[in-house]
Amino acid sequence: MLVMIREDFREILRLVRPGARVLDVGCGEGALLELLTREKEIDGRGLEISAHGVAACMARGLSVVQGDADQDLDHFPDKTFDYAVLSQTLQATRNPRHVLDELLRIADRAIVSFPNFGHWRVRWSLISRGRMPETKALPMPWWSTPNIHLCTLADFMALTEDLGVRVDASAAFAGNGPARPIDPTTALENWRSETCLFLLSRGAPAERVEPSAVSGDLLIP
Amino acid sequence: MADLDLDVSAPLGGGVWRFPADRPLVLDSGARIGGLEIAYQTYGSLNEDGTNAVLICHALTGDQYVASTHPATGKPGWWTRLVGPGKPIDPARHFVICSNVVGGCMGSTGPASTNPATGQAWGLSFPIITIADMVRAQAMLIDALGVDTLLAVVGGSMGGMQVQQWAVDYPQRVFSAVVVASTSRHSAQNIAFHEVGRQAIMADPEWRGGAYAAQGSRPEKGLAVARMSAHITYLSEPALQRKFGRELQRDGLSWGFDADFQVESYLRHQGAAFVDRFDANSYLYITRAMDYFDLAAPHGGVLANAFKAARDVRFCVLSFTSDWLYPSSESRHIVRALTAAGCRAAFAEIDSDKGHDAFLLDEPVMDAALTGFMASVERERGIGR
Repeated sequence: MLVMIREDFREILRLVRPGARVLDVGCGEGALLELLTREKEIDGRGLEISAHGVAACMARGLSVVQGDADQDLDHFPDKTFDYAVLSQTLQATRNPRHVLDELLRIADRAIVSFPNFGHWRVRWSLISRGRMPETKALPMPWWSTPNIHLCTLADFMALTEDLGVRVDASAAFAGNGPARPIDPTTALENWRSETCLFLLSRGAPAERVEPSAVSGDLLIP
Repeated sequence: MADLDLDVSAPLGGGVWRFPADRPLVLDSGARIGGLEIAYQTYGSLNEDGTNAVLICHALTGDQYVASTHPATGKPGWWTRLVGPGKPIDPARHFVICSNVVGGCMGSTGPASTNPATGQAWGLSFPIITIADMVRAQAMLIDALGVDTLLAVVGGSMGGMQVQQWAVDYPQRVFSAVVVASTSRHSAQNIAFHEVGRQAIMADPEWRGGAYAAQGSRPEKGLAVARMSAHITYLSEPALQRKFGRELQRDGLSWGFDADFQVESYLRHQGAAFVDRFDANSYLYITRAMDYFDLAAPHGGVLANAFKAARDVRFCVLSFTSDWLYPSSESRHIVRALTAAGCRAAFAEIDSDKGHDAFLLDEPVMDAALTGFMASVERERGIGR
């Protein structure tokens, strides 16, 4: 069976150093952890809120703990990991600021992706219909979405500045299209980036990693 | 089994293994038990690499008959849900070992055994034992069985305490550890319930200062009450309500103290059945061992420090939402310590309304998690399926 890799997973796969210690927060059924373990031989751990997801991870042989980002990150010691991944979860946390802070306490680098509420489709939906947007990146109605702290690219940049966090790499996705390098400081990006992904750190300035320019689906047997 | 080229001293299949007098069990209290006898069962056989041994640790009133008919009750093994053909732990792939703990009463040396020095039952002259002592005795047994490392040590409740102790005391001999519905130390409430049980036994006039065996009596009433009170802690209010509610035994009330309610008769039955298979003094000693258990205590009270030695052990911790004896918060405490110690820990809180006893009952999510976990440790250990 051929499994197509999610575009943001492919980008994360590219950013993570082989053999690194990785924590995937909100790891679901462990698809990303399994991919990273297979392709990059990482020493992976996961945190997942649903028992169903944890059981699926166990069946894959992954070390995944049931818990949530808001409460359980506090129990990890400083610098336990090389990377902490928070993929499409930040907007569902109660205290995104605290979670982001914790990610960079327990790991040298954080890889964070979220749907950009500043995307033109979202803005258009609000302006034209006056209703909470339902887009590909934000598919659920307002009353059932787990997303409680939506933000725009500009909001996120302001938070990283506030927290003294440096952006080492950034990429944008639309649908399941290939990753596109972005310059988050340009106003235009806030209009056209549907989903954003950032490599963040607190250490000394690191070499800036450019997102992959190669496209085409990576197929894994 | 015949094709195995092993120096196996204790016979496969099971029985009672008696250690030579010059190999005593050294207890935490400093006492020594010479000529230690450990009763055990084995299923399956050790592979050529010696990598497929799985030790099952039983709970407070459990025994070695994990997957075979109990000789006293005629009931099936207590964990046939998990151990058996086609189960997560399968004698076709694993060399399964389950022993009766030291201090027990199903063939292992305990307070009901004869003290060689006096020719009488030990009674209260039996030394106080701990969870670590139980584990030390199990380690002696697996040595005698020719097993060097264990693919997995698996246990629920008190068995889960032994599993943690194994990982801390013998990390190099334990590849993976499965802790189900357990705790790293007893809460005040846990100790309180055990104290009620012990006091019930000791209040029975037939207990006779623990020397009942020598005097030809048995504190059956006290032991039955101990079991009844403990049994309530193994269930949950929804489970009791679903099973019995306020249903009566017969038409109308007796206007007396007969067992009017079905739940009363159920508990009386549980108590009465228990005295046929369990020794009152063993109950005292084993509950004491559980109360004394505190894995963090020798490590400055920091559980993570206890687990530091076990960094390479793969842990699987499972808890049940309705378990109020060892609630999920206890398991989370263990998992956080494992995380802080840098151990590999998987943890799932399983949604169940069956209370603490859920670990012995039909819980498909537990089965699935364990199946997956065992498959992954076998892969890592290089055992083909």
